[in-house]
Amino acid sequence: MTFLLNNFVELTVTGLVLGAVYGLVALGYTLVYGVLQLINFAHSEVWMFGSFAAVWVTVAIGAGPDSGIAVAIGVLLLALLAAMVVSGAVALLIERVAYRRLIRLDAPKLVTLISAIGASFALAEIMGLRDRLAESLGLRDELNSYVRSARDNTRFLNPLETHGVFNIGRYTVSNVDIIIIVSALVMMVALDQFIRRTHTGRGIRAVAQDSEAAALMGVNRNRIIRATFLVGGVMAGAAALLYLMRFGVTRWNAGFLLGVKAFTAAVLGGIGNVRGALLGGFVLGLAENYGSALVGSEWRDVVAFLLLVVILLFRPSGLLGESLGRARA
Amino acid sequence: MTEPKPPANAAGPAGATKASPSAATKPVASGGTSSRRFGWDRGALARRVTALPTPVKWLLIALFVVFLYALPLLEIPIISTPDTDFGAVLFTVASYVLVALGLNIVLGYAGLLDLGYVGFYAVGAYTVAVLGSFQAHLSWWMLIPLAVIFSTISGLLLGAPTLRVRGDYLAIVTLGFGEIIRLTALNTEWLGAAKGITQVPRPPSVEWFEIPHLQWDGFTAFIDLGDTTKFLFFGVADQAPYYWLALTVIFLVLGADRMLRRSRVGRAWEATREDEDAAELMGVPTFRFKLLAFACGAFIGGLSGALFASRQGFINPESFQLILSILFVAAVVVGGAGNIYGVTLGAIVVGYLPERFRGFEEWRLLVFGVALILLANFRPQGLLPPRRAKRAIAADEQLEALEEGTARV
Repeated sequence: MTFLLNNFVELTVTGLVLGAVYGLVALGYTLVYGVLQLINFAHSEVWMFGSFAAVWVTVAIGAGPDSGIAVAIGVLLLALLAAMVVSGAVALLIERVAYRRLIRLDAPKLVTLISAIGASFALAEIMGLRDRLAESLGLRDELNSYVRSARDNTRFLNPLETHGVFNIGRYTVSNVDIIIIVSALVMMVALDQFIRRTHTGRGIRAVAQDSEAAALMGVNRNRIIRATFLVGGVMAGAAALLYLMRFGVTRWNAGFLLGVKAFTAAVLGGIGNVRGALLGGFVLGLAENYGSALVGSEWRDVVAFLLLVVILLFRPSGLLGESLGRARA
Repeated sequence: MTEPKPPANAAGPAGATKASPSAATKPVASGGTSSRRFGWDRGALARRVTALPTPVKWLLIALFVVFLYALPLLEIPIISTPDTDFGAVLFTVASYVLVALGLNIVLGYAGLLDLGYVGFYAVGAYTVAVLGSFQAHLSWWMLIPLAVIFSTISGLLLGAPTLRVRGDYLAIVTLGFGEIIRLTALNTEWLGAAKGITQVPRPPSVEWFEIPHLQWDGFTAFIDLGDTTKFLFFGVADQAPYYWLALTVIFLVLGADRMLRRSRVGRAWEATREDEDAAELMGVPTFRFKLLAFACGAFIGGLSGALFASRQGFINPESFQLILSILFVAAVVVGGAGNIYGVTLGAIVVGYLPERFRGFEEWRLLVFGVALILLANFRPQGLLPPRRAKRAIAADEQLEALEEGTARV
């Protein structure tokens, strides 16, 4: 208990940072769920591919922590762009390969879940076997710096040096903390406005509300589904870069646990609810940090899941309720 | 849309869906319509077998059962695994089948998506390990019932609060439950923590006689007297007796499953799965039946876990990864949720294929993932869908044809 009180500020800030990442990944789950009522199990691999794209950009440019601030910002923006593009592309690929046919057939939900699980396995394994794949393409030597030790942790050298900005109590808030929390909030507001104001956003809301009626009103359902996957993927790509800036390593199977947590965050906030995703992420991140300070960090995941069970018992549709369509008509 | 089914349909092995509310009624032609859709008449073999006289049927079934028991001794060339002991692989497959049968009650009959089924499996395994070697030394005959009781209780404890939660949330809550069980085992010294538990008691052995294996040279088989299995000696090296034990348990579970499915309970599950509100209005206490399904599933899961632990002799939390739950669900859905034969087939696919191709260790998960996508996309009803699903497809097609005015009557 004293540990929690003494380190309260630090736990809060790191919890918010973690929560921001959860929240951005949770958006992908919540959007797809809102539109299709399906758990996109492969979304964690979308995030994982984005994180590798960011790593590869820094490897390709060769920027280390000692390059100037302008270079660092340029590299980070490039990495962000690469992560978003790759994640978006992977999300579209998943929609095409694992979902489209089943949606057209109006297959049972469970089958679609299995298809997504298959996609998740396949994508994770492709990343884990990337050295073997490069070898079979005869590119092993050219790509060595990208594919070596494929089954181990891959480090991300943050070109932006971490330094303290200001103190709250005894904890020094770093520039990276601020960047992560602020960019998550900015992206959330941008997404909220996108869904609220744009033509496509209105389409997403319409399909979420009543997909048949939307189709009768001239909404192209397939296009909207693709847009939903794309937006979720782009957000996951951004989350991947932010995660790397703070935690610095990724690996081929890192997506799994993060995906489970992000889905938990989406459910906490009320699945299908865009604002709920970020709120759920923050709540989950904070609860994990406080909980592990109280009962020991080895119980971190237990705390997260117990929180989920308790909240669902008292608010069966999440903190903010589930309503991608109904919320803001 | 409901009118009584003709008896021919209800008497089939996977039928018994008298109370299905949405099932359509087109009994005779349904086989024809669905087979046209899937390319060939899949009902033909089944119809032929059903048409055989009863004694012949029983003889066939008996032969098949004997064949199943003899599998580890036959060492049939292509089926037998080159890289690992075939008896051990067969046990693994059998425990997958057992787990899949249990999960099928939860997922296939009651329609509850349980992504934490490995939790029950772990409870069963840990009961045997902790009470059999780590903290106490109970006899194996005591341990199995205890394991089953504990896992059933854990199923009730998990189900009572969470089954009120809506379907999709249940998936994540149960997934969390599975992780909580594993992490608790990992973090508790009393349960062996990360080191795990060794010297888990094996089933008591009786050594009656030895059975020789076959040896193949091309297509001719010899009896190999140098390679024998001691009948009912539960050791480390030869795993065939564990397979026989598991197979026996599977037959018992299949019998119980069949009785449950054809009883009031089975019909209540089906009604709940198809439309919970309608079932409730018709006077089915849906919550209680869902809880019962959870308990039955947990019972079988715990039993399977207990067998696993006593075969393995050693368990640690690594054996109960989340991924296992997902493989279990995959087994049920790939085979065809709701049909015990389909589920068995799915479990064999999921349990056996990775073992058979252990030589390709590195690539097998990739291939497995791709296979799941392909199976889901091209066999959305599962490899062997339950009859009701087939009838539903036929009815849908008929409706569609009527709507579009292309009905071929």
